[in-house]
Amino acid sequence: MEYPISIRSFGEHAVLIEWPNEVDDAILEDIIQFRSFLKQNCLEPQEWEMVPAYNSLTLIDRERTIDYQMFKAQLKTWYRERVGVKSRLRYLWKLPVCYDLDFAIDLEEVAERLGQSVARIIELHTSNIFTVYGIGFLPGFMYLGGLPKELEVPRRLEPRQKVAKGAVGLAGKQTGIYPQESPGGWNIIGNCSVPIFDAKREEPCFVNVGDRIQFYAISRAEYDLHKIQGEVGIYQFEKIKLDV
Amino acid sequence: MFKVLKSGFYTTLQDEGRFGYRDKGVPVSGVMDVGVVRNANILLENDHDAAVLEITMTGPTLQFERDTYIALAGAEFATTLNNEPISNNKVHKVKAGDILSYGRLINGFRAYLAIKNGFKTKEVLGSRSQYYPITKRGSLKDHEELKYDPYIDFEPKISELKVKSLLDEKVLEVSKGPEFKLLDDEQLENIFIKEFTVAKEYNRMGYQFNEKIKGHDWSMLTSATLPGTVQLTPSGKLIVLMKDGQTTGGYPRILQLRDKAISILAQKKLGDKVTFKLA
Repeated sequence: MEYPISIRSFGEHAVLIEWPNEVDDAILEDIIQFRSFLKQNCLEPQEWEMVPAYNSLTLIDRERTIDYQMFKAQLKTWYRERVGVKSRLRYLWKLPVCYDLDFAIDLEEVAERLGQSVARIIELHTSNIFTVYGIGFLPGFMYLGGLPKELEVPRRLEPRQKVAKGAVGLAGKQTGIYPQESPGGWNIIGNCSVPIFDAKREEPCFVNVGDRIQFYAISRAEYDLHKIQGEVGIYQFEKIKLDV
Repeated sequence: MFKVLKSGFYTTLQDEGRFGYRDKGVPVSGVMDVGVVRNANILLENDHDAAVLEITMTGPTLQFERDTYIALAGAEFATTLNNEPISNNKVHKVKAGDILSYGRLINGFRAYLAIKNGFKTKEVLGSRSQYYPITKRGSLKDHEELKYDPYIDFEPKISELKVKSLLDEKVLEVSKGPEFKLLDDEQLENIFIKEFTVAKEYNRMGYQFNEKIKGHDWSMLTSATLPGTVQLTPSGKLIVLMKDGQTTGGYPRILQLRDKAISILAQKKLGDKVTFKLA
């Protein structure tokens, strides 16, 4: 499958490649495949950074100024001639979330607004598999797609000055985890006990764009245990290899 | 070692930046005014990525505990070494016990202190640039100590650089951003005619301005942003992302600052005026 891609200049050091303007797993897959192809065959990883998000891939040169017209033509050829490359394995990550009301400060309100029981909200949130469409905004913040309609709730009218690290939120069509303490306007329905991002690790964020996420509910006692394991760096993340 | 007697308003350690983690949401960071730092490191015959101090608005007071050589660059402060005035873009020898002190800010906003062979703090994800919470701290604290290797018999090839200062420049050269073509005639005219005044929201993450242009109701999928990206919010505010700016965003990216324009804007402070010009 070949998509109609468009290529645009983005300053002296970057070029933006855009796929059709849709949130779609197949498009994301094509973007990740092309990125792997470029990485393996065309662009030196020491020189280039590649940022995928939803329907786009941005290629950034660390230092040099890009000759846009030449590079654009080159990219078009590469896209047309790209062959299936073995891309990095895709994983489904199982992430533990404690939905205790101590953390889930908006859970009861969300349940009421959505006309559901708290138990049903948790069930919906944990039975669904989400796609990581991008990582940005904060280090390790994942843009997750695939929220069921029943969980769509508008963001809070007044953002909070401080949302806790690990807070799991709902807002519009999105759900996600705050990887660090920050201001935020999402409805908080739980807290993830393990660090998605940790600058002390050689790979600070093991999740990649294109991976899948599924949450599962844990007790307060398990939460406290994970917290300690996470801080010492011995927590074992649960992952399942995916066929894509 | 090097003692921070007083840290000043906001003093951070920076190198060229933290590359390779933008796809994980980590801002690139690094010095805001790249051009002047390059000159200071050239004077000291340092590697181009040697770490320097970035000094903001109110400077620190620092004591050297070993002999070495330094060069100052960027914003002009009333700076003294043991109470003797010293100037930018020159190699200065310092001795153990010497005190470097930054007085009044005269022009610009960000000054740099480069040291022979650079500061030797621990790298995090390949860079010494401070950015909280990637690094433990976001800036220097009073009484902190910083490591550097002493140096005693440096004979610089050039001891002083005559450089054209960009501190008084106010024209920011830009290229068209990915969403440039969404702008209508009224918006275009306003962007390139109006003067924009730096608002109180300005820091290493981004710069905002008091003046607005006509807003919009375009929506787009989140996509990558860069240092120098000019975003247009629905209410018509312009936000220029800088070195610590987020790596993705959902506002239209209407313009992109050239490297030189990022350096020029980095030296602006509250109330300063700039204009945008297509390169």
